[in-house]
Amino acid sequence: MNTKKREQIDALFKNVFKATGLITIALLAGIFLMLFINSFFFFFNVSPLDFFTGSQWDPETKYSILPLLVSTSLVAMGSMIIAVPLGILTAAYLSELAPPKVQMFLKPMIEMLAAIPSVAIGFLGIVLVGPGLAHIFGIQNGLNALNGSILLAVMALPTIVTISEDAINAVPKSHREASLALGANKWETLFRVTIPAALPGLIAAIMLGLGRALGETMTVLMATGNAAAIPKGFLDSVRTITATIAIEMGEVPYQTTHYFALFAIAALLFLITLVVNFIGEYFANQLRKFHA
Amino acid sequence: MNKKKLRNAFNWFVLGGSTFMVCLFLGVILWDIFSKGFSSLSWNFIATFPTDGMTKGGLLPAIVGTVLLTFITTLFAVPFGVACAIYLNEYARPSILTNIIRASIRNLAGIPSIIYGLFGLALFVQALQLGTSILSAGLTLGLLSLPYIITTTEEALKRIPNSLREATLALGVTQVETIKDVVLPKALPGILTGVILTLSRAAGETAPILFTGVAFYINGVSAAANQEFMALPYHLYMLSTQHNAIEQVRPLAYGTATVLILIVFIMNIIAFYVRFKNRTQD
Repeated sequence: MNTKKREQIDALFKNVFKATGLITIALLAGIFLMLFINSFFFFFNVSPLDFFTGSQWDPETKYSILPLLVSTSLVAMGSMIIAVPLGILTAAYLSELAPPKVQMFLKPMIEMLAAIPSVAIGFLGIVLVGPGLAHIFGIQNGLNALNGSILLAVMALPTIVTISEDAINAVPKSHREASLALGANKWETLFRVTIPAALPGLIAAIMLGLGRALGETMTVLMATGNAAAIPKGFLDSVRTITATIAIEMGEVPYQTTHYFALFAIAALLFLITLVVNFIGEYFANQLRKFHA
Repeated sequence: MNKKKLRNAFNWFVLGGSTFMVCLFLGVILWDIFSKGFSSLSWNFIATFPTDGMTKGGLLPAIVGTVLLTFITTLFAVPFGVACAIYLNEYARPSILTNIIRASIRNLAGIPSIIYGLFGLALFVQALQLGTSILSAGLTLGLLSLPYIITTTEEALKRIPNSLREATLALGVTQVETIKDVVLPKALPGILTGVILTLSRAAGETAPILFTGVAFYINGVSAAANQEFMALPYHLYMLSTQHNAIEQVRPLAYGTATVLILIVFIMNIIAFYVRFKNRTQD
């Protein structure tokens, strides 16, 4: 092959590679447009005021996102209450205390936990966690917000542990040595020096875990009971935004108000996860700057 | 002094206890599913069709559906994702455009899977008229997998030392040839690890295929890309929530969960092995 032809091939492939990069931008833009154009049609028929302030999600007549939004927030918050302390303490154990052999054993276990499909975790919510909660609290069935929170905590844990561990590992050794040299013991160093120094990374970990919990569909669909009313507490059945889309999209006629409504709640979910991920991203960058 | 010892013990207990709890979650999940699921496993369970309104018989169409679906996802997402990673690592200079591409990829990775399902419905099923089919579902899962494949591939490419690229470029080899003959072969194990892990996630996904082509029952296995299909995760969902004899099909649901988790774990173990082998060779 002559040089000229080789150079032409080189230039061609360079453009092919570049095109794939541009398509990723187009993909994000496409998802954004799809959600917002369809939401626009929805707000043609239903006033935004009713959408944000009403208290009922009753397709065909009443479209208020409030019950779904409260449900989503409740379940996600609950999952963070469980997963954040467990995740950060586990990360601290892995990076500061665990002997290398234990680390070698634990890290693949956490990756295994991340690999379990969400539908299998939802299944356990039905057959194991649900009956357990019903027994403990003496309620008729255990398909409620607490069940969803426990399962989502399990699903968010691998993300939180992995990123927190990276953050704790990224704290320079000199910080720890300085603290130990000043007479602080191992624990004082961990809790007062290492963890505070890793804080931006820990916040990033929490945010990414929260993003995962907010967007999870199958586990909450299966385990939370799906009652579309504003919940009063963790023992009430709830129905998240994701579960609502999953239940109703399959049956709704094409391009009706109900159809557009599902895109409108998806658009709001999209914005929420975008903000949560953006905050996580911001803190991850802070950490990089801090240690650079 | 004694108080200090007590505090130390308490700290140990808190950190070790948390770690133990996390392991316990995994243990309970696996123990509950496997202990009740293994008894359903048999050759018949894997190799026959469901019968008697899903209350008896096997999983064959769901297993075949999941395998074909993952295959379509691979065909679409791997070349695309690897090409994009090559652009980012080998060509792109720091610029506004590069930053926008990277920001897009990060955001795509954070979008909930159900929204990918909606996008697949709007784009593949409706706009491109592919209908509810295994092709639409596979492409949707491909889009979902894309950011992960790009990120892991780029990590693998980053680990290849620049001296290798410079050596071939100095010999007058073009950049594409360098990538094809030097960079990619050297990065292959790393890329493969990322691809297999991503596909194992895709195989277990349910939300993106709900509206793009999955069906509760089909009465024949076909390799046609325009047909609806059965998939293991959806099968488990239907058996455990929508079936009209839920208690009766519980053993089948446990069996399905066992098969699904085993498939995902086998893929993970292969990925760990490739990564381990690659590390020990260096």
